[in-house]
Amino acid sequence: MSSSPVALKKTPLNAKHRASGARMVEFGGWDMPVEYSGITDEHLAVRTRAGLFDVSHMGQIELAGADALAAVQWMTSNDASRLAIGQVQYSALTTDQGTFVDDVLVYRMADDHYLLVVNAGNIVKDHEWIVGQAKSRGGDVAVVNSSSRYALIALQGPAAQEILQTLTGVDLAAIKYYWFATGEVASVRATISRTGYTGEDGFEIFVAPAMAEKVWDAILAAGRQVDVRPAGLGARDTLRLEACMRLCGSDMDEHVSVLEAGLGWIVGWKKDDFMGAERLRAQKAGALERKLAAFEMRDRAIARHGHPVLRDGAPCGVVTSGTQTPFLKKAIGFAMVPVEVAVPGTPLTIEIRGRLVNAEVVPEPFYKRPKPSATGA
Amino acid sequence: MYPTDLKYTKDHEWVRFDGGEAAVGITDFAQRQLGDVVFVELPEVGRQLKQHEVFGTIESVKAVSELFSPVSGEVVAVNGDLGNHPERVNNAAHETWMIKVRPSVASEADALLDSAAYTELTK
Repeated sequence: MSSSPVALKKTPLNAKHRASGARMVEFGGWDMPVEYSGITDEHLAVRTRAGLFDVSHMGQIELAGADALAAVQWMTSNDASRLAIGQVQYSALTTDQGTFVDDVLVYRMADDHYLLVVNAGNIVKDHEWIVGQAKSRGGDVAVVNSSSRYALIALQGPAAQEILQTLTGVDLAAIKYYWFATGEVASVRATISRTGYTGEDGFEIFVAPAMAEKVWDAILAAGRQVDVRPAGLGARDTLRLEACMRLCGSDMDEHVSVLEAGLGWIVGWKKDDFMGAERLRAQKAGALERKLAAFEMRDRAIARHGHPVLRDGAPCGVVTSGTQTPFLKKAIGFAMVPVEVAVPGTPLTIEIRGRLVNAEVVPEPFYKRPKPSATGA
Repeated sequence: MYPTDLKYTKDHEWVRFDGGEAAVGITDFAQRQLGDVVFVELPEVGRQLKQHEVFGTIESVKAVSELFSPVSGEVVAVNGDLGNHPERVNNAAHETWMIKVRPSVASEADALLDSAAYTELTK
C-alpha cells in the first residue's frame, strides 16, 4: 500500500493498540487500529452498549483574536455567529466554488477563540489554507495548528454517559448534543464534547497526549460491566455510514460542493458573504445538477467506492461509499448521481466488477438511534 | 499449524482431495486477514475452471478478495449454505468448503503446498 519513505505518524495510544492485538492499517498518514475484536462485534457494541475509539489522529486548528469570528465566518459554510461559548457545529471549510477543502467541527472556546477539528489527512493542507485565507483577509486573528497538543478519545453508544459519569464530576446529563464542557476525566483535565461520528449518543474527550493512556484505561475499566469494546476505524466507517454521515475524501472533496454533498443544512444562508457563497446560492436557486443519494442494494451484492452508476447503459454517477452494515444487515451506500435520480424510490443500476446489479435510492438516514430515555441528549 | 490432510496455495486457499473430488476453501490465515465475511460469490455448477482462475469473490465488511482455483477441472458442487451464513468462513475456515471440483490435471496437485510449507509462508 504505502511505499512512502515518510514514517507513519502515531497517536499517543499507538503502543496500547499494538499491545492489545489490534489490527493496524495506514490511514491518512497514520498508523491506526482498523479493528480489535472484529468490525461487526465493535459495531454492535456501539449500537447496543458502548465502544471506545482513539481518534487522536484528527487535527485541531485554532483561531483567536478580535477578528476570529469574521475569519471563521468567511472560511466556513455554516453560521458560526450562532455559536454560544461551549457550543459546537458541523461545517465545511470551503473553496471559492463552495466545494470542500475539508469538513470540520467548529468549537467556540471563548469570545474570540474558535477551535476547528479537521480530518487527519488534511491537517497540513487545512492549516496552510486557513493561514492563507486569514492573511489575505487581514485583521486581528492568529492561527495555530495545535493538533499535537490533544489526544482525542471517543466513547460512543447508549451506555456512554453512564460509563463516563463514574469518572467525572461534570454533570454529563447537562451537556446537550453538540455542546461541550471542561472538567476532569479520571483526574485528568479534559474537554468533554457531546459529539461523535457513529449515530449514537456519546462523547469525544480531549486530553493532553501524555494523559491519553490513563484516560483510555480508566474508561475501559469503568465500562467493563457493560462490556465496552475498544473499536477501530473499520467500525467507525460502518457506523458513520449507517447514520448517513459523510466521509470527506470519499463522499466529497474539492470537486464536490456542500449542496452536492446534500449538506444544505450546514450553509448559513443568512450570513454575510463567505467563500463559495455565490456558487452555493446559484445551486440552491436551481443550478444543482448532481447530489449525493443514499441507496440500498436490491440484489445480493455490495457496492463500493468507485463503482459506476448507470442509466440507460451509460455511466451517470459513481458510488462514493458502500458496505454491508452489521446492525441493519443490509448493503447500503452513497452515490453521487444527477439530481433527478437522487430521489427516494428511484431504481439504480450499479456495475460491480462487470456485473450489473440493482439498488434503490432511499430516504436518509439508514439508521436513527432510538430516542434516549433520560440522558437529555 | 495447519491441518496436514489439506493442501494449500500461496493465495491462501486450501484443497481437500477426497475420492475424485477436490473441496476448496480459504485458510484460517485468510479469514483473519479479511475480517468479518459478509458475502461469498460462487460459480455455477458445471463451470470449467483452469488452475489459478478466479472462481468467485469473498467480501468482508471492509474488503473484497478474489478466490482462485487451486486446480483445473469442472465445478461439481457449490456450498449454498454460504449465501445465508457467510460467517461460517470465519468460524471454521478449514471445515467450510466453497466449491468442489473434479480435477482434470492430476499433476497440478504436486505443486500445492503442504501444511509445513504453508505454515512457513504465513509466518
